[in-house]
This record gives sequence, C-alpha cells and structure tokens, in this order.
Amino acid sequence: MEILISIKPLLTVLVPLLVIPILVSSSQKPNVREAWIFGAGFVMFLLAASMVPAVLSGSKIVFTLFALAPGADIAFAVDGLGMLFALVAGSLYIVTSLYSIGYMRGLKEHGQTRFVSFFALAISATMGAAFSANLLTLYLFYEILSLATYPLVAHHEDAKSRISARRYLVFILGTSIGLVLPAMIYCYHVTGTLAFSTAGIFAGELSKPAATVLLLMFVFGFAKAGIMPFHSWLPAAMVAPTPVSALLHAVAVVKVGVFSIVRVITGIFGVDLLAHFNLGVVVMAIASFTIIVSSCIALSQDELKRRLAFSTISQLSYIVFGAALLSPSGLLGGVIHILMHAFGKITLFFCAGAIFVATGKKYISQMAGLGRQMPITFAAFFIGSLGVIGLPPTGGFYSKWNLILGTLEAGQAIFMVVLLVSSFLNAFYFLPIVFQAFFGKGKDDISDGPVKIQEANLCLVAPLVITALASIGLFFFPQMFVDLIVLGLNL
Amino acid sequence: MNNMPAILVLAPLFGAFFAGLAAWMQKQISYPIALAAMALSCFAAVSLLTDVIMSGTVEYRMAGWAPPMGIALRIDLLNAMVLVLISGIAFLNLVASVKNVEQEIPDRAPSFYVMYLLFVVGLLGVTATGDLFNLYVLIEITSLTSYTLIALGDKDRAPLAALNYIFIGVIGASFYLLGVGYLYITTGSLNMADVAGILTGIHGSTAVLTAFILCILGVWIKMALFPLHVWLPNAYAFAPVGFARVVAPLMTKVMVYVMVRLMVTVFGLEYIFETLHLADTVVWLAVIAILAGAFTALFQTDLKKMLAYIIVCEIGYMVGGAWLGNSLGMTGAILHILNDGLMTFALFLAVGNIIYMRKQAGFSHLSGLFAAMPWTMAGFVLAGLSIIGVPPFCGFFSKWYLVLGAFEAGAYHFAAALIISSLVCAVLFFKVFEICFFGSADTTPALHGPGMQQPSHDIHADGHAGAAADAGAGDHPRTAVMAEAPVSMLAALGLVSMAIIAAGVYAGTIVDTIILPFLQ
Amino acid sequence: MSDILPLIVAKYNYWLYIILMMIGLYAMIAKNNLMKKLVGMNIFQTAIILFYVSIGYKQGATLPIIQGGHGGHSARDAVIHAADYINPLPHVLMLTAIVVSVATFGVAMALCVRIYQRYQTLEEDELRMRVSEKNNP
Repeated sequence: MEILISIKPLLTVLVPLLVIPILVSSSQKPNVREAWIFGAGFVMFLLAASMVPAVLSGSKIVFTLFALAPGADIAFAVDGLGMLFALVAGSLYIVTSLYSIGYMRGLKEHGQTRFVSFFALAISATMGAAFSANLLTLYLFYEILSLATYPLVAHHEDAKSRISARRYLVFILGTSIGLVLPAMIYCYHVTGTLAFSTAGIFAGELSKPAATVLLLMFVFGFAKAGIMPFHSWLPAAMVAPTPVSALLHAVAVVKVGVFSIVRVITGIFGVDLLAHFNLGVVVMAIASFTIIVSSCIALSQDELKRRLAFSTISQLSYIVFGAALLSPSGLLGGVIHILMHAFGKITLFFCAGAIFVATGKKYISQMAGLGRQMPITFAAFFIGSLGVIGLPPTGGFYSKWNLILGTLEAGQAIFMVVLLVSSFLNAFYFLPIVFQAFFGKGKDDISDGPVKIQEANLCLVAPLVITALASIGLFFFPQMFVDLIVLGLNL
Repeated sequence: MNNMPAILVLAPLFGAFFAGLAAWMQKQISYPIALAAMALSCFAAVSLLTDVIMSGTVEYRMAGWAPPMGIALRIDLLNAMVLVLISGIAFLNLVASVKNVEQEIPDRAPSFYVMYLLFVVGLLGVTATGDLFNLYVLIEITSLTSYTLIALGDKDRAPLAALNYIFIGVIGASFYLLGVGYLYITTGSLNMADVAGILTGIHGSTAVLTAFILCILGVWIKMALFPLHVWLPNAYAFAPVGFARVVAPLMTKVMVYVMVRLMVTVFGLEYIFETLHLADTVVWLAVIAILAGAFTALFQTDLKKMLAYIIVCEIGYMVGGAWLGNSLGMTGAILHILNDGLMTFALFLAVGNIIYMRKQAGFSHLSGLFAAMPWTMAGFVLAGLSIIGVPPFCGFFSKWYLVLGAFEAGAYHFAAALIISSLVCAVLFFKVFEICFFGSADTTPALHGPGMQQPSHDIHADGHAGAAADAGAGDHPRTAVMAEAPVSMLAALGLVSMAIIAAGVYAGTIVDTIILPFLQ
Repeated sequence: MSDILPLIVAKYNYWLYIILMMIGLYAMIAKNNLMKKLVGMNIFQTAIILFYVSIGYKQGATLPIIQGGHGGHSARDAVIHAADYINPLPHVLMLTAIVVSVATFGVAMALCVRIYQRYQTLEEDELRMRVSEKNNP
C-alpha cells in the first residue's frame, strides 16, 4: 500500500472551522452568512472527494499534526473506511444546510448564528474523526463533537431542552471519559501504540479476560452508537430543532459512534484476534438486544421524531452487528449501512421537519390523510422507510442482504433470525404511517373532495427529494463505495 | 558569568523598593514601576530557559562565594520551566488585575503592588535557589507577603482567614526548617547538590529519615495536600481578586516543585523508592485527596470556593504522580505543574472578570453570562474543559501520563481516582455552564440584579424568544446587552487560553525537551 | 529504666525542644483566645530556634571569635582547630529565623488588631458566631 503525504485531510477539517469567524461577523446579514455556509460545505466536500481517486487506487493519505508520544500522535490517515464516512458527512452537510435555512427561517428561530457556527464546528469534528489515524485522534474529535453539539441540543433554552441537554452530556461525556479513556490508555500501556492497523495492535499479547473487558469498555463507552443501556440520550435529544436531529443524530453524531466501534474492532483489536477469542458473538448478542428492543419501543411511540429516534438506535446496532460478525460480507454490510442508513434516515427526518413547519403536527395520529396534502413529502417518506426497512429499490436492501450473507458466512445462522424479525418490525412501524397518510381519514379532514396540495417551502422539500432519490441511486450504483470499504478493511 | 538568575530575582525586589518609594511621592507611578520590574524578570526567565535548554545547568553564586560556603542559585531544566511559568503568570496578572485592584482596594494600591512584587521575589527565589536554608527564608518571604495580601480582601472575613493561614503556614514552614536542621546535623552542609552527594552514603540513618519526613510534611502543609488543606479554601476565596489570581496557580505549584526537587535532587529517587517504603501509603493519601477535593467542590455554591477545592484535587494528582515510582508518573506530575498553573490562572482570570462586572461570584449571580460576557466565558469554558481532561487542551496530556504511570506501577486505584475526578469535574463545570447558558440557576426566569445589564429576552417555555431577539453573539437587540470586562483583562485571558492550547498540542515537545532530560 | 536515663540525659536538648514545641502547638490549637494562639506560635518557633542553636554546641569549646584575627596577621600565623570553637553557622541561620519569626508575629498582631476593631472580641468561638451572623443575616 502506498503512503502519500498530503495536507488535504487537515484542510478538509479546517475549512468549516475557518469559516466560523466569518459566520459570526455576518450575523446581521443572513443571506451572506448562508452563502458562506454553502461555500464552505462545497469546498469541504470537493476537498474530500479529490482524495477518492488516490484511495481507490490503494494508497493511504497521511498527515501528522502533533507528536505527543511515540505511537500516540495527532495524525490523519485517509483510508477507504474514513473516506466513505467523510463523503457521507460532507455531502449530507450541504443538503442539511439548505434544509436548515428553510426550517429556521420558516419557524423564525432565534440564535441562528450560534446555530450555524456550532453546526460548522460539529461537521469539522466529524471530518476529523473520519480521517483519524489512531485512537487518540479519534477520541479527541469524538470529544470535540460532543461539546460542539451540546449548544445545538440545548438550542431552545427552555426547561425541556435543559434537562435533555444535561442527559445528553451525562451519557456521552460520562461514558467517553469513564470507559473509553481508561481503556485507550490501557491499550497504549500494553502495546505502546494506538495507530489503527489492519491486523490490530496487540500482536497476540492480550489475554482473553483483558480483551473482553476492553472490548466491552469500548463498545459501551462509545455511547454515541446508542447501544443499550446508554441509548436514552438519543430520544431526549429530539428536543433540538429538526436539522440538528437530521444531520447529527442521523448522520454525524451517531455515525461517529458506530464508526469508532468499527475502527476499534477492525483497527485496534483486529478481526483475527476477536475471532480467536470468539468475542464477536458477545458483541452480536449485545447489538441484537438493542436491535429488537428498540424496534419494539419504536412501535409504541406516537411522536414521529421519537419513533425515528428509536428506529435510529435499532439501525445503528445493525452496523455494530455487522462489524461483530467478523466475516467479509458482514463487515461490508455493516459498514455500507452507514451510507445507506444515513441517506434513508435523513430523508425521514427531513420529512418530519417539513410536516412540522407546514402543519405544526408532531404526532403520527394527527397525520392521517396528510399524504394527500403533502404528496411529495410522504412519497419521500415512503422511499426513506424502504431504505431503512431494507427493501429494493433502495440502497438499504444492499446492506441488509450483505448482513444476512454475513451471518451465514460466520456460521451464526441463528442471528439471521434477529435481522429478519427486526425487518418485520421496521415495516410494522413505518409503513402504516405512509398508508394512513395517503389512504387514511383524518379527524380534521376538511372534505372528501380534492385536497389542496400544500407542501412546505422549497428549501425544505428539495433536500428531502434529493436524499430520497439518492437512496434509490445507491441501490443501482453502490460500486465505488463497496470498493472503498473493501480496500479500507482489507476484505 | 551569566547574570540572568540574579536579574530574575532582584528585578522585582528593587522594583518593590522603588514602587514603595514612589508611592510616597506620586501614587500612580507605583504600577508602571511594578510592571517594568515584572517584565524584566519575565525576560530574564525566558532567556534562562533557552540558555538551560541549549547549554545545560546554570549556576550563579551570590556575591561570588563558592558553595557549600556560599549560597548558589542553580537553574536546571525543571526550575527554568517553573520560573517561566511564575514570571509569565505574575506579569500577565499585573496587566489584568489593574482594574480589579482599583475596584477593590483603591486606597492601598501602591502597597498592594509592593507586596505583590515581594511575593513574586519569594516565589522566584524558592524556585531558583540551590540552598536549603535559603529556600526556607524565601518560603517565609512568600508566606508573609501572602498573609498581608490576603488580608487586603473581603473586609469581614479575610483577616480571620489570613490569621488561620498564618498559624498553619508557620507550622508547615517550621517543620521544613526542622527537617533542614536534621539534614545539617547529618551532612554538615546546606547546599542541595552537596547534601545530595553526602546523603548517598548514609541512607539507613534514622536522622535522615526524620529529616525527610519533616521536610516533606512541611512542604505538604504548604501545598495544601488533604487533610492539611484547611487553610486554602478560605484564604483564596476571601483574598482580593488581583492576588487570588496569582496565588492560586502559583503558590501550591511552587511547593510541589519543592517536593519534586527534594525528592529528585536532594534525597534521591533511589532513597525514596528503595530504602523507604512510604510510596504506597502516599499514593493512597493522594487518592483520598483527589476524591475529597473533587467531591467537596461539588457542594460549593461560590465559584471561588469551588475552584479552591479543585486546586486541592489537582494537588492530589501531582503528589500521587510523583510518588508512583516510575518516570511516567513523575513526568505527569511535572507536566501538571505547568498545565495546572496555566489552567488555574485562566479560571481565576475569568472569575475575576465576572467579579469585576457583577461584584460577586456566587452561583446565583451567574445567570446569562454566556450572552453578557462571551469572551470571558469562552476562556472559562476552555480552561474548564482542560481541567476535565478533554483533548487537545493541556490538562488531557498530563492526565495521560499520570494514568499511564499508574497502570505501569499497578496503582489502579490512582488511575480510578483520576478518572472519577475527571467525571466529577465534568459535572461541576457543566453545572456552571448550564447556569450561565440558561440564564438562571433553575428554570425560573432570570433574576434582575443591580448593576447587571439584563438581556432583553424573556425565556418563554416554548423557546421562541420573539421574532427579533437572538441569543447569539450580536444578533439584533442583543448587542446592546454585552457587558464584557475591559480589554486588559480579556487580553490576558486570551493569551493564557492560547497557552493552554499550545501546551496541549506541544506537550510532546515539552516532555522531550525539558522533562525527560531532567529526569535522566 | 537505667538504660533509658542516659538516653534522655544525653539528648536532653532534643527533649526540651520537643516539649516546647508541643506546648506551643497545644496553645495554637486548643486555646480560644487569639493572642494566646499567637504566643503559642511564638513558643513553637522559639523551640526550633533553640534546637538549632543547641546543635552548634561542642563540649569544651568557646565562642567562635578568633583573638586578634581581624585585620592582623595572627590569624594566619595561629593554627585554628575547629573543635575549639562552637559552630557559628546555626547561630547565623537563626538570626534570620528570628527575624522571620518577629515579622510573622508582627503581621499576625496587626491582623488581630484588625479583627478586634471589626468584631470587638478576640475569642475564637465568639468570633465564629459574629462572622457567621454578619454574613448570613
């Protein structure tokens, strides 16, 4: 594998950061401010995309920032896995920026400059996490992300936000400082390095009990992955404005969590070590529990965003599940689900926000018949649901298929049941919404005649159409991303 | 001969003298003289650091007398770093605290500056000296000036706090003096390097053991190691802001430096860890200190007291790290001297700004601070995150070394205490952030207090604060509301914040250039 | 018993200073009146000073002043045995320590004056009451 040294990863991380002072100073001129956000988003995405050819040809782009101790420095290394995540986050940032303009202006929200500034900081931290070369750098950006998203969660500044933001912080900061930090330092203590490498860093020096404890500390410590019982911050964080929920809790924050777990499994422990100790089953069991239980809870939620939140918790554990399968298809399925789920879920959140802006409705029981009023929105919702359930013609099918193959490859056919059951549950809690919206009769249905089509404004509808179409597109053209993953994980 | 060590210590001394004289003639001159003296001292410290890094230990003989007869100032890598810290913080604090001094002690400002300079002389001397008795004298100079400076604070409670501090401080210094006496009896010399050489032959002696215990006990009392810390919270909470800002980061850290110096240079690590068997007990003591400090801080309702207990907790880190018995732990402890000095200074700078604008720092007075004083709060948040141990700020990296050292020494209880205290500090600071962010100590609308410029928003339950109002920095009517501290204070806070970040990302460089060569 | 006695007698200076220190410490901690605490502090410090002075003593030695040594040539001609003169260094050190002790005492007394002006009492328990009254009305 060729190693290229380039400053591009650093620049990608810096672009949103550098734009923040400009955003703050143009707070009086909202249009200028939004223009700068888009500019930064495009530049960042282009920078990231420009590294794709190199990564696809098998090289790794590295850049070391600061050396702390031998083997533990702050450095970037762009491989297939990180590239995938960066592309997802970068592209969805642009779409979400468009969406949040529509949303915030539509609701005349306060504190927009603070909002976009911390948003930019959050995306910068996400890119940093994607490009991290070692566990220390990953931890650094993980923490920065936690802190950057706190003001976003607490945006509304009322009592509910205060409590939710507090819970957010307690779960996320508490687990990362209390579990990940000691585990990370212990790894360094035993091996003298923290850099991700395909064969893991332990070189056989770890005993099974130590490996089990460390693995569990990491899996539960990265609470952003929403593994039960450290999941309750996710539904609580739904008090934030929908763009926050969309980008951060469908794409950036939660994906950093699962991304970190995948990195630890593949880059720190190594697939072989975990297979040798048979620890994959442990993680799969934990993930399966979360998958099933949160799907059940999702069924009982009437508030749309909360249902989506529990669905997210469930889907995230698919990714962890896939990684824990330790088989090539399983890993491929799990990691590509990062991509597929991101597009699918963000569509769903966009729809939820559009519904709220257009009609003020938050509860599913109120949404009967709404599909006739907002056909585009609910069509997109339907496509997004298919993506999450895992049915063709959406990309979600591709990842589900590979996960199922993965269970067979790993000889864990029993766990395939988990996947099938949860797919059923997913269908159960998404499809009725769409059905009722198009064919149901609402309590406040105006008349039986033709209903006036009244979508939310264009800034809100365009993004959800884009992401819905992208979900379909990913079904037909997943190849580049598959290549990235295969190269990145040496599958 | 390199005269920098002399300039370093004598510049503030003469500055104090001239500032005192000038106060008789024209009160306003005392501040510029003090500033000039501190600047000179700062320059000398930096030049010493570069000298030591490039050419090795600098020795300066007072009046040309050769040790062990004469008193020598001995600057090696360790104290060069601490000297830069001391003079830098003292200088920046002078710049930042001018307005605080005007506000709190307007009629006694010249005396304040004179005492301040003498305090700095004491600190610099303690760090630079190579003679054991000289160390005692300088410790006492530091203590005496700090007693008087503390008493200049809160009119009701400061004199009593200072008096209690005197009693405990005298006990501490006297124990140290007694220890030096025993050392003199056994070795016949007072020069540190000399004593070290002679002590290598007499490790088994009870007199040396007594000397060690007495010296260390005295230093522990002075650095406020739990349970010998009782003087600290009151003394620092009731001192005038201009002084609290410099004594909190420096005094206890300089005492930690003295402990490290005694351990490494005078008695020798071999003696401490192989002949004596105290290390395990001391690490346990440190664990208790860390947990006690952190949990007591949780129950405070005043910012200054909360920070004072955090200092007690941080001292536990350094004592534990030094006594772990491996170079990682000692590295962590020494790095933490630098880092904790910077972080505590930044925190007290921010608190001083808050006190300047709001006259008080109790939790009930902190509402709406993010909107009213965004720059101060930015600095406060940064320093708070550093104390919690979030990378890339410096606090994370000293914790890194300390935990690594704990793992290597098998002291898992120490590692656990470090992690638990990080979590407790996270709770502490986010509690304060919440109060400042949400505009009230609980969810009731913000209080309207005298002298506070109240943000023009009302916090409605649904969070929509009106079409035009904005909680961000400078959107619409909110700009009129920013009641920030003067630029001199903000500039100092900004510089220190940058130093915290720099000390973090360059932690590796600092360890490699200064600490590891020192420990060789 | 008989072998402890020589031990005590031989090191009587140490025992004396320990006793004095304990008296001082007791006064600092247990006494209620601030002035008495100050006196205790002074006793404490004096004990240490006496200890230092005592360690310079040599049996059969005289004051450390060389006859006619100042300016003249007799110092260079005469042979000086250190054993004939008590060690002057601890005395010199203690001059400094005495100054420190006096200065500390002065500062402490000034503080006591301040406290008395404010609270009209120097008894610690009363002070504690009056301070908390003033601050939690």
